[in-house]
Amino acid sequence: MLINHPLLGPRDAQEFTYLGDASLINRPDWQAEDAQEQFHDYLYLRDNPAGLHRELWFHETGDRSWLVVTRDTTTHEITKVELARDVARSLGRSK
Amino acid sequence: MAQPNRLPGGQIDRSRTLSFTFDGRSYQGHPGDTLASALLANGVRLMGRSFKYHRPRGVLSSGSEEPNALVELRSGARREPNTRATTAELFDGLMANSQNRWPSLKFDAMAINDRFSTFLTAGFYYKTFMWPAAFWEKIYEPIIRKAAGLGSLSLQEDPDSYDKGFLHCDLLVVGAGPAGLAAALTAARAGAQVILAEEDFVFGGRLNAESYEIGEGSALDWVSQTMAELQALPNVRCMARTTIIGAFDHGIHGAVERVSDHLATPDAGKPRQILWRIYAKRTLLCAGAIERPIAFENNDRPGIMLAGSMRAYANRWAATPAQKVAVFTNNDDGHRTALDLIAKGVQVAAVIDTRPDAPRLADCELIPGAKVIDTSGRLGLNFIQLRLADGSERTIECGALGVSGGWNPNVHMTCHQRGRPVWNDQIAAFVPGGDGPAGLSVAGAANGDFSTAAALAMGSKQAIQALQELSIDAPAIALPRAEDTPVNLQAFWHVGEGKGRAWLDQQNDVTVKDVKLAHQENFRSVEHLKRYTTLGMATDQGKTSNMGGLAIMAELAGKSIPQVGTTIFRPPYTPVAMGTLGGRSRGGDFHPTRKTPSHIWAAEQGAVFVEVGNWLRAQWFPQQGETHWRQSVDREVRATRGSVGICDVTTLGKIDVQGADAADFLNRVYANAFAKLPVGKTRYGLMLREDGIAMDDGTTARLAEDHFVMTTTTANAVTVYRHMEFVHQCLCPDMDVQLISTTEAWAQYAVAGPNSRALLQKIVDPAFDISNEAFPFMGCAEITVCGGLRARLFRISFSGELAFEIAVPTRYGDALIRALMQAGEEFDVVPYGTEALGVMRIEKGHAAGNELNGTTTALNLGMGRMVSKKKDCIGNTLSERAGLNPVDALALVGFKPLSSTDKVTAGGHLITAGDAVDAAHDQGYVTSACYSPILNSSIGIGFLKNGSARLGETLLLTSPLTGLDVQVQVVSAHFVDPEGDRLRD
Repeated sequence: MLINHPLLGPRDAQEFTYLGDASLINRPDWQAEDAQEQFHDYLYLRDNPAGLHRELWFHETGDRSWLVVTRDTTTHEITKVELARDVARSLGRSK
Repeated sequence: MAQPNRLPGGQIDRSRTLSFTFDGRSYQGHPGDTLASALLANGVRLMGRSFKYHRPRGVLSSGSEEPNALVELRSGARREPNTRATTAELFDGLMANSQNRWPSLKFDAMAINDRFSTFLTAGFYYKTFMWPAAFWEKIYEPIIRKAAGLGSLSLQEDPDSYDKGFLHCDLLVVGAGPAGLAAALTAARAGAQVILAEEDFVFGGRLNAESYEIGEGSALDWVSQTMAELQALPNVRCMARTTIIGAFDHGIHGAVERVSDHLATPDAGKPRQILWRIYAKRTLLCAGAIERPIAFENNDRPGIMLAGSMRAYANRWAATPAQKVAVFTNNDDGHRTALDLIAKGVQVAAVIDTRPDAPRLADCELIPGAKVIDTSGRLGLNFIQLRLADGSERTIECGALGVSGGWNPNVHMTCHQRGRPVWNDQIAAFVPGGDGPAGLSVAGAANGDFSTAAALAMGSKQAIQALQELSIDAPAIALPRAEDTPVNLQAFWHVGEGKGRAWLDQQNDVTVKDVKLAHQENFRSVEHLKRYTTLGMATDQGKTSNMGGLAIMAELAGKSIPQVGTTIFRPPYTPVAMGTLGGRSRGGDFHPTRKTPSHIWAAEQGAVFVEVGNWLRAQWFPQQGETHWRQSVDREVRATRGSVGICDVTTLGKIDVQGADAADFLNRVYANAFAKLPVGKTRYGLMLREDGIAMDDGTTARLAEDHFVMTTTTANAVTVYRHMEFVHQCLCPDMDVQLISTTEAWAQYAVAGPNSRALLQKIVDPAFDISNEAFPFMGCAEITVCGGLRARLFRISFSGELAFEIAVPTRYGDALIRALMQAGEEFDVVPYGTEALGVMRIEKGHAAGNELNGTTTALNLGMGRMVSKKKDCIGNTLSERAGLNPVDALALVGFKPLSSTDKVTAGGHLITAGDAVDAAHDQGYVTSACYSPILNSSIGIGFLKNGSARLGETLLLTSPLTGLDVQVQVVSAHFVDPEGDRLRD
């Protein structure tokens, strides 16, 4: 597969390692009332779409950036690649 | 007479004669021959025995779709089984042997299977070999295993080497027949980067097999001119002997180039094959078409072959399978074989055409509306039996029969990403369905356009279209005139009559009867048909048999062929050797070797090395007279604890953490508190996974307010770094912190033992005071050594002795180890390896990888209170879940055997004496064990339910699988210096 890195252009997927669903960005609040349940869902519950999937890839042998890749799981077409830190910030993550 | 079945003409070089052997007999051929064509020229029709029934078989085709003529090529270490004789280029001295027969090809004892064919039908193994049950393992399976398979391996190491390469292009053209050549020419003249890949060893595709004209001259002349132009252009790469094996995601293709297979041995320094990774922006599939036969009783005799192949042998290779041949066809194209063979002087007895209104196209007898209903000639065809239009029978004598049921566009690659072909009634064949891989288009026969004129036109047109999508403007090119014969065919799949068997898949010995059986047993979907009968599952992927099987299933099911559907083709297009996939990653080069800065020095000392991931680490340093590793390791431990020892610990992960928020960041990734660690101090850190399980541990030193240096275990250096970048970029993107892996930037040595400080004081520059008062336990500092070399010193101890770790930039690592050893001479310093390192940490009860095994928690490790409740960190929430905090949680404790002759063994499980040895009574397990030369006893550490409260208890340490059964006593895991006094000296 080719991943079109937003800064570096197309790179072979072999330069990356895959982590999983980009929902991992949405780490729950440890002080929430139901933190246990929220963390359980955060770690173990996943949608499994036959279609577009947003997922985390790490450019391990490249620039060491984390990317959010939007990929169709049935055709492997990649429609979007973003820097994970940009996605994280847009989702309200900060410090 | 030499080469009795040679014909005039052909693309063989008669000025040179090559000698080769087949099954020990010598024959002659010429450059340009394949093994198959040379054998035919020599009058050899019998080339193999079939897989299941051991029926005598000859060659069916002249290409890589060949199911029958599989031979063992070469001898010795380079011997290769299952080589298709149709694609093996002849070279001088070639040695080939037939397969799957004993004792010989002519007299194969296993042909007895053919007599029991009624019991060996499709799926017979689902219905037999079940009784008695005990017989399966001892009798049935060994026999079946021996009988199965075709060729055999040499079992010697492959002496050849294989390379991997990477290529990029605008347009990848797959196949150099008329469509591919027109496409390549069009794209090349437009200046695009073109790769033209051709499976065959000559370019031209089907044009090499026919007797066509193109423009004013022969088709072959046009091919030569075109290739001359293409090969002279710098933007074109012409690759013969190169099979595109698969179309993978995003235009990435795999290709195998057979660099040296056609040579007796590869030229010095050359690989045998290359596995290419081709990144193509667009791909044009011009893979042609593959002919399909018609099924009839005993249609598998040597001499019965595809009609198109019969004329390929005559036209290209100047060989005929017999002096008198016949043709059986359902379409006009089959008649070409009669025409071409007559032109070469071969006697054609008749063209038998299933169509009552068959045209007369060749100057020989035409028998319209007739079918072949049986054949005879076990080791080689001699007679065919016909059913004529009027119902009567007739026998014709011939040594070979060319069969044509029509042509199948070679859609293989269009299916590699789950595309399915669609049915085309005009040519009664499947054509690409348009849902192939993105960026792939198809032209020529592969797309159902069988005439040469259509192939030229469409090849060029598709190339223009593909390049337009890349914003490359490719002008149309002038194309020469070529034959434009329409397809004239009447679908006919199998001759219905005859009690005997009619073959579909000749490699897996699947017959029409097997398809009927599958239908009868309700395996009617095309996917079930394939797997139940194994039709299409051999090395040829059913290229000449899938269609026939489908058609018969359609008939039986009362459906149309498109309703039945097809299975799909999968990469690789043709088999790929494991060596080619492995490339240079073999033996010692299987993965990169990482060597520590002291490696050269350690090797000089005669160290024994151990692989730790990709690293080589010194395991122990044997001295003169030591014959067993225990002698070395025991000595290293005693010497280190008694005076001083040095160990290379460079391999442990080092991560440099800097920034205004570095301390807060460490608080987030470590379970214990780090934000308030004073500058100049080091602290043990435990890292959890988000699910509360212990992930890794190490020490982190604070060199400045905003500068920390973290260590990890060797094995987790990469994963911890990856994890930390995830936490930073994905969870806390606004934290002002930077991370760099510095594992390879610093050489690091542990200097441990009562004399460690004294040793170091000899090399640490005088400006730095490393006395106990100035540099207490867990201190850290940036210093200089050896007269100004910058270094880092950490007073940390894995061994439990007074100890330090000293780090210098890697390029000084070799010099430093030598300087340390010299400085330590007066203290009898010893180098120690990973074994002694392990013994000492077990003696101290320090957790390592064995204890952080992916199922244990901070609580289990005795560090439950270290997990801070005052701050958020990865893993703290779920570390509190009930399941991880049972009342009798496992706890890390030590074990000693009751008897001094017994050993504590890691992996053993703990059972209370008297309890049944089973999972329900499992109390825990030992994770690490060793012999302690300090305690003169075997010791171990591990996890025991409620272990801290059970010191002194006796338990059974057992492993039923390995026969381990010893009694052990539960003790504190801190065997040596439990108060830790030495650390603070």
